[in-house]
Amino acid sequence: MSEQAIIKKFMYVNRKSPYGTIYALESLEVVLITAAFDQDVSLVFTDDGVYQLMKNQNTEGIGMKNFSATYSALGDYEVKKVYIDKESLEERGLSLSDLQELVWEDEDEDYAEKSLINLVSRSELSEIMNNQDVVLSF
Amino acid sequence: MKLGILINEGPYQHQASDTALQYVKAAIKKGHEIYRVFFYNDGVNNATKLSSPPQDDRNITKEWSMLAKDHGIDLVVCVAAAQRRGILDKDEAKRNGKDADNLEEGFRISGLGQLVEAGIQSDRLITFGD
Repeated sequence: MSEQAIIKKFMYVNRKSPYGTIYALESLEVVLITAAFDQDVSLVFTDDGVYQLMKNQNTEGIGMKNFSATYSALGDYEVKKVYIDKESLEERGLSLSDLQELVWEDEDEDYAEKSLINLVSRSELSEIMNNQDVVLSF
Repeated sequence: MKLGILINEGPYQHQASDTALQYVKAAIKKGHEIYRVFFYNDGVNNATKLSSPPQDDRNITKEWSMLAKDHGIDLVVCVAAAQRRGILDKDEAKRNGKDADNLEEGFRISGLGQLVEAGIQSDRLITFGD
């Protein structure tokens, strides 16, 4: 069963706002499954994708399920790398304080909560993307 | 090369599935191996046998089905995405209390783990979508 031991770098690029289309929700579903397969998972939020992590989402008026709380489970799934495209935030008049906090608990440091979020420029992002094995864009 | 294919858009509305079909045919011709074709998002709509396009148009679902038959290609439809959109095989129809099923021959319904596995086992995973 040596094949089972392969660990690849999977990157999920989230480009769409959370509720106009189903891409954000179905992307999150693959992300969690990939993490359950013990792969090296990272997430990118770029373009309108940065809206996926907005704090205080309320979907009552559109009759759709608010799934934004699910992102806070990423840390429990051992996903430790979330990259936010700095320019995308700025273009929309947003800053990190508008986004929900995402943390994981470091067992080696008495379960200290550490942030998953990395604010990166587009040029840094392209470098990180270059180092992936599988890039899936939603 | 061992190739995994991901199709994220439905037929006719979007060119993704047409392009993927042509890509897969060309890849086979060049001697590459298709590890799996996975249908996700609206891509699951490629698998309905109820699709009935005009006779002078291509039948995308049938083309996939024939390709699977001729070359033994594994066509996998995401179960969660399929259930949302009403794509069911006999077992899923029964499980969901429906009196009809519509999965075309040559396709099978399974979980997202099959997509992850395609990413792990293939040399390249290629996405067709928006």
